[in-house]
Amino acid sequence: MRIALFVTCLADTLFPSVGKATVTLLERLGHQVEFPAAQTCCGQMHINTGYQRDALPLIRRYAEVFRGYEAIVVPSGSCAGSVRHQHAMVARRHGDTDLARRAEQVAARTFELSEFVVDVLGLEDVGAYYPHRVTYHPTCHSLRLLRVGDRPLRLLRNVAGLDLVELPDADVCCGFGGTFAVKNADVSTAMLADKMRAVLATRSEVCTAGDSSCLMHIGGGLSRLNAGTRTVHLAEILASTRE
Amino acid sequence: MSTFLGIPNAPRGVGHLRGTEPFPVAARKALANTQLRRNLGRATTTIRAKRAAVVAELPDWEELRTAGEAIKAHTMRHLDHFLAELEAQVTARGGTVHWARDAIEANQIVTGLVTATGATEVVKVKSIVTDEIGLNDALAQAGIHAYETDLAELIVQLGKDRPSHILVPAIHRNRAEIRDIFLREMKDVDPGLTDTPAALTEAARLHLRRAFLSARVGISGANFAIAETGTLCVVESEGNGRMCLTLPETLITVMGIEKVIPAWRDLGVFLQLLPRSSTGERMNPYTSMWTGVTPGDGPQAFHLVLLDNGRTAALADETGRQALHCIRCSACLNVCPVYERTGGHAYGSVYPGPIGAVLSPQLTGIEDNASLPYASSLCGACYDACPVKIDIPSLLVHLRARHVEEAGHRHRLASLASPEAITMAAAAWVMASPARFGAAQRASRLGRIMSRGGRIRRLPPPLAGWTAARDAPAPPTQTFRQWWHTEHERTEHERTEHERTGGGRP
Repeated sequence: MRIALFVTCLADTLFPSVGKATVTLLERLGHQVEFPAAQTCCGQMHINTGYQRDALPLIRRYAEVFRGYEAIVVPSGSCAGSVRHQHAMVARRHGDTDLARRAEQVAARTFELSEFVVDVLGLEDVGAYYPHRVTYHPTCHSLRLLRVGDRPLRLLRNVAGLDLVELPDADVCCGFGGTFAVKNADVSTAMLADKMRAVLATRSEVCTAGDSSCLMHIGGGLSRLNAGTRTVHLAEILASTRE
Repeated sequence: MSTFLGIPNAPRGVGHLRGTEPFPVAARKALANTQLRRNLGRATTTIRAKRAAVVAELPDWEELRTAGEAIKAHTMRHLDHFLAELEAQVTARGGTVHWARDAIEANQIVTGLVTATGATEVVKVKSIVTDEIGLNDALAQAGIHAYETDLAELIVQLGKDRPSHILVPAIHRNRAEIRDIFLREMKDVDPGLTDTPAALTEAARLHLRRAFLSARVGISGANFAIAETGTLCVVESEGNGRMCLTLPETLITVMGIEKVIPAWRDLGVFLQLLPRSSTGERMNPYTSMWTGVTPGDGPQAFHLVLLDNGRTAALADETGRQALHCIRCSACLNVCPVYERTGGHAYGSVYPGPIGAVLSPQLTGIEDNASLPYASSLCGACYDACPVKIDIPSLLVHLRARHVEEAGHRHRLASLASPEAITMAAAAWVMASPARFGAAQRASRLGRIMSRGGRIRRLPPPLAGWTAARDAPAPPTQTFRQWWHTEHERTEHERTEHERTGGGRP
């Protein structure tokens, strides 16, 4: 299977360890991963802020760059969600039916990491070892756009040494929401406060999720409070081994 | 005024569809109100649990939602036909139908009808749509006092306040506050009034009974209007609505044109969806239906005012028109993490929460409510809760795009672009080329200068809002793309070395 990594612009720029962990994990599971260097960004920030016309070239680029791959793996529910639920819609809204069709084809082969491991590779135990107390925040777009359900939890339950603690009110948004966090910073912060309260109530060392963006938000709040809980992407946990 | 395809929006200066300040400003004030936060948190948590329990009882809930969506979509596509049918049926059964282009016309029609009866008091129920058009103000100017009879609406009216929730308009008030309002505003109230729900309800009952027994005109909204027979339907919990609908000599119903449904069999779908979604009940206590005028029984004059007020403009947008499918259950408010923290007032319109954020801007024109489509983190909880499957997150994204396009058009006319538009265009330009993206990534490493211990505590605008409460990560020494490049360069190099020394390909 020809697998491409769409690392996402955020992980590429600010959280390269998430991209490296995704590669490590997939290679350990016996797959070769390619990183098409022409990739940039899915355009979600533009689309969700109202700048669809600016997003069109990015949608076109995504469809072009990943055209030849059987599977495109994304360590982000949000970016995978944008590819699957927005790309064709935006293309169609701007009258480009050919792009919409191509976007749909490539979207059908685009998978969020936990979907890819569980559904495509058929694995729930990836042989990881992570001796920490961990709570899992299901990010909104993985939960309600992609419907990944409990796939990430199934993967986490099979990680050796990991003490998984249920997060109260887990399905409530952390308040990130892309430019929402800047445009409505006060509401975003109020939502973050409640999410941090829930995370801290679990007395976990680590809060994990499938999206670097939400983790940047939750982690930024925890760091500001010196709360003693850190954020780690799901890919990094699954990539960890005893060695 | 901003219009879509030249169709008029709800006029300015009348009614309650526009706030006085943008959402983020109003929200900041609401967030600081700890009592409000507690009231909202408790109320929405309770109602969410009740809703979840009764929804789980129905094995065909998803099929019901799909049916509700399909009926509404079909009705909107043929709205002209069903409205004409409704008019014909209401007229044939002794009612009178009035068409109101906007709030101003509707207020004129209703005020004229009340004045013609000589009445100086009216009793009201299901008042959101009349609040949308500011009817009580128009009546007051004509010397007519309106009694809100829904308990929560009464609390809001006596408190000289604004509703903050579609279904529970006084959700922002607690019992102690309600007691204080009653003591201050109700004549003849028992000065020893306590704040127990029974005592408060009894006080309201005594206050309203006088109005019910003397009012000659009732004014209502409507939940549904059935085109095939011209039947109106109001669902409620208190029975006060039934008093308004049956006791007065004259009944005037003001209804948005989107409330029509084709047939009785469609009502069966909505009467399963609505109570479960709104109050978390299997069925609401009072469902009143009436058809025209019945001689010798109930109101002997019935007027139906069909209100547009921007709805045709919403209908003209094939994506946006989904907002007109709303049956005002308020499930989306109760699950919305933004609404739960700000309450309804921050939205500035009688229609708050997620549905308000997609409905109000379409009624007024987006320019007049431009901050509302952005008053959401796009978490999607509203879409899952909606009984008629309105895809609110996609609508928000659509309206954001319309806002940017319409604002861009205005800016082009003025030959200037907003700082945000310039930022977005610049970001798109960078992302359109991996080389430029790589250069921008390298430049972003300058951010390391601002960092200490791997975190940045203060960023300049427009990102200052982020670091007001959160640290930002310091850019790493190496991006993923650089790491990949060096890894694979090295691998390639090792391979070549290996081959050169005669080892062959590994």
